[in-house]
Amino acid sequence: MQPYLTLTRRELGTYFLSMSGYIIIAAVTFLLGLSFVVLLVKLQQEPTSLPITEMFYITQFFWLILLLATPIITMRLFALEKFSGTFETLMTAPVSELEVVLAKFTAGLVFYVLTWLPLLACLLIVRHFSNEPAALDAGVIASTFLGILLIGGVFVSVGCCASAITKSQVAAAMISLMFGTSVFCVGVLADRFPTATGWQAELLSSLAIFEQMHDFARGVVDTRPVVLYVSLTLFFLFLTLRIVESRRWK
Amino acid sequence: MSDGLMIEVANLTKRYAGRTAVSNISFTVGRGEIVGLLGPNGAGKSTTMRILSCYLPATSGTVRVAGLDVFRHSEEVRRRIGYMPENNPLHFDMRVREYLKFRARLKGLERKQSRQRVDVVLEQCSLTDVSHRIVGQLSKGYRQRVGLADALVHEPELIILDEPTIGLDPNQIRSVRQLIKGLANRHTVLISTHILAEAEMTCNRMVIMKEGTILAADTPENLEQFMTSKSQVLAEIAAPAEELKACWAEMPEIERYDVSASQGEYFRCALTPRNGLDLRPLVFAMVRKHGWPLRELTRNRHSLEDIYVQLTRPPEEEEES
Repeated sequence: MQPYLTLTRRELGTYFLSMSGYIIIAAVTFLLGLSFVVLLVKLQQEPTSLPITEMFYITQFFWLILLLATPIITMRLFALEKFSGTFETLMTAPVSELEVVLAKFTAGLVFYVLTWLPLLACLLIVRHFSNEPAALDAGVIASTFLGILLIGGVFVSVGCCASAITKSQVAAAMISLMFGTSVFCVGVLADRFPTATGWQAELLSSLAIFEQMHDFARGVVDTRPVVLYVSLTLFFLFLTLRIVESRRWK
Repeated sequence: MSDGLMIEVANLTKRYAGRTAVSNISFTVGRGEIVGLLGPNGAGKSTTMRILSCYLPATSGTVRVAGLDVFRHSEEVRRRIGYMPENNPLHFDMRVREYLKFRARLKGLERKQSRQRVDVVLEQCSLTDVSHRIVGQLSKGYRQRVGLADALVHEPELIILDEPTIGLDPNQIRSVRQLIKGLANRHTVLISTHILAEAEMTCNRMVIMKEGTILAADTPENLEQFMTSKSQVLAEIAAPAEELKACWAEMPEIERYDVSASQGEYFRCALTPRNGLDLRPLVFAMVRKHGWPLRELTRNRHSLEDIYVQLTRPPEEEEES
């Protein structure tokens, strides 16, 4: 347990020891700010019955953040250590592979959630200045953040996996970006062909994180996507663990 | 648990895809010894060390550290080892004290204990003055000491240092060597180097490797003695060649002699001893008896350098000479 906590702290600290962490936070805050502007313009034009979080979601900057930020957050995790050789000092310390993988994942996920915090500030501002306190319900905010956390878990675990495969941070980022984009495109497909029937449609709709995240933003927590995201996260973490362990089979 | 042995390597082989890095080597290291793994680049030193420190698995053979198998009791073994890899990778973004503390905690030391140990190793490696500096901004010598401090921080029984003095200037090399020597009484140390003088100065015992095999393993003195037994004595004497030859032929201690003309009336005699004797006193006694002028008397000492070169020289060079 102690190595896990020590490592998590160190990994999380790394984001703030170099510029990269601050740049990611700044970029995400900028995108959130953009969507906040869009939201305010819309609200000025006409009254709406949508929850604020859903309006945030449908500005589409949400996906930009998820697709771009997670590869950048995770690319460093293993690749940099392998590149600089510190992976050797890490793995020759008395720590288990599982602890290493979990610590890196946790650090990535926590940092990812931190980058989303400005959204909370935006929501509070809207609440402060709107005449309708019911427009922003704590439950809806919670479910939005749950969605952000769960989808983030999947993307961060994919990022871990990509980073464990290679020594190159750029390659790691590209692999996870490619995965993210593919998942996103599957979502678009499901969106474009809602009339398709049979198992293809079933498959597409169950993978349509697009639609599912929309539900979270609306305040609807369905157990199916929750199970899907958690199991995907576990699967990719397991894969990462195997990749890290593979050094000992070769 | 085998008494007194810190490292037992038996029939160790390591094959990477298509290449054998280490082939069927065996050696042991006793507790408290400083042993040098010596060999040219690519001899398999780093691979052996990586296997010892549980970073890589062996293809075949057994490796035990303190009686524990490195593969099956990997975590236990790692707890007992302080390992500094080649090129000494460090987290360049951290401060010295912060880095060592992180490493100490990672290696399972309690908070209070880690603070104490970090202070001790900072002192031991003369890093106290730079403890608040960022590792990436330190000079190479300091970084090397940070790596050493990291290897020492959890008081391991065995310290494995892969090329600890590579790329340092002579003063830094000296201070790192001093430090390693100072570890001798409390720890077992295995260091690798391709510089012979280093092994000669710091180690009680040397294991010379080449192309994945062990060529020789002994104390520096024994290795040297082994070679000096074949060392020639050169003497330049002004005397008739025939008389000289007759003299050498009479002496039972001389196995082979060679007399050739030198400048002036001097003759150059190259004498090979029969069984490792130092022929110089005998030659001197001879010259005095006959009253011949003597202007040079040297023993062609084979240093460890020669053994090393002879053992590890690539074949094409051997043919040339």
